[in-house]
Amino acid sequence: MSEQTIDLEILRYDPEQDQAPHFQTYTVPYREDWVVLDAINYVKDELDRTLSYRWSCHMAVCGSCGMVVNGEPALACDTFLRDCSDRIRVEPLQNFPIERDLVVVMDDFIDKLCSVKPYIVPQHEKSVDDGQYLQTPAELARFNQYTACINCLLCYSACPQYALNDAFVGPAALALAHRYNLDSRDVGRGAREDVVASNPGIWECSFVGACSEVCPKSVDPAAAIQQTKIASTSDYFMNFLMPGKRR
Amino acid sequence: MSRRPYTRELSNTGWWLQHPRYIRYMMRELSAAFIGSYVVILIVGLWQLSRGEAAYQAFLAAVEGPAGLAFAVIVLVFAIYHTYTWFQVTPKAMPLKLGDKPVPGALIVAAHWFGFGVVSVVMWLLVGG
Repeated sequence: MSEQTIDLEILRYDPEQDQAPHFQTYTVPYREDWVVLDAINYVKDELDRTLSYRWSCHMAVCGSCGMVVNGEPALACDTFLRDCSDRIRVEPLQNFPIERDLVVVMDDFIDKLCSVKPYIVPQHEKSVDDGQYLQTPAELARFNQYTACINCLLCYSACPQYALNDAFVGPAALALAHRYNLDSRDVGRGAREDVVASNPGIWECSFVGACSEVCPKSVDPAAAIQQTKIASTSDYFMNFLMPGKRR
Repeated sequence: MSRRPYTRELSNTGWWLQHPRYIRYMMRELSAAFIGSYVVILIVGLWQLSRGEAAYQAFLAAVEGPAGLAFAVIVLVFAIYHTYTWFQVTPKAMPLKLGDKPVPGALIVAAHWFGFGVVSVVMWLLVGG
C-alpha cells in the first residue's frame, strides 16, 4: 500500500536570489498525529535543507513558529494536518517584512513591546533581602489571563489596523501594558500612558477583534484594549474633577 | 550574506475581502452609515412636520413608497446586526464580577437583550399601543 501524502506549499524567499517570494510545493508523508511543524521539519530534514523557519518548543509555549496556514495565522506546532485540507499553504506572518522564507523581521514589535514598559514598576524598589512583593490570589486573578501571552505575533498578523498603519502599537503590546497596569505591585500606569493612551496606541484600535480570535493562548487582547480605553476615558474626565491627582 | 527584507504589498481597498472576519467587521462598520442615514430621514420628517400638515403628508407618502419601505427593511437588518455585534462585545469591554467570581459573558449579553426587549415593549406601549 502506498503511503498517504499531502502537498505542502511553502512561500520561499531568498534575499540573495529572489526579487519576490514564490511558492514551492513539497510532497510530504501524512501522519494522523503530525502537526504542520512536523511536516515542515520533514521538508528541512529530508527534502530541502535551505528552508528557513523559526521553531523551538513544539508545544505551543515558546511562540516561535507563528505562521499563516491556509490563510489563518496559527502556531505550526498547534495545527494538525488532520484538521487541514490535502493541500496546505504555509506563509510567513502577515504585516511583517520577510527576512527569509518563513522568517519575518520582528524588530518593530520588539520596539513597541519595550515602549510600554512590560515589567513591574514598583512604588519602592526593594532589595532581595527585603523579601518578595506579596500578592493575594484575587489580585493575581485580575491580570492572570494576560500573562499567558507568548509574543507569537499571530495577533499582529491578523490585525488589519496594524496592516494599514504600522505606527499602531498593536494587540500584544497593549495587552501586556494592561496586564502590568492591573498588577497590584505596579505603579507604572502613568509612565505607560504616553504610549498606551496615544492615537497610535489604544485609539487606533477599531475593535475588529481578529487578534482575540487567532490568539492561541486565549489572552483576548481586544478585551484588554477596550478596557484600557474605558479606563483612559475615565481618567480624562476624572482629571477635570480632580486635576493633578496621580493614578 | 546580505539582508534584504521583503515587504508584501497590501491592497488599501481590497484587504477586507480576504477573510470572512474582515467582511463581518466591515459590515458592522457599514451598519453605522445606514443607521445614520435613517436618523437623517427622521430629522427631515420632524422638519416637514414643523412646516405643516401638507408637507408632512408628502414626507409620509415618500417614505411609505416601495423604495422607502425597501430602504427601511435594509436599515432594520443592519440595525439588528449592529445591535447583535454591540451586545456580543460588551463582556469584553465591561467584564463584571460578583464577589470574586467573574460573571459569565453569555449572561452579560443576555442581560443586554433583556433590557433591549423591556425598552422596546415600553416604547411600543407609549407610542404605538
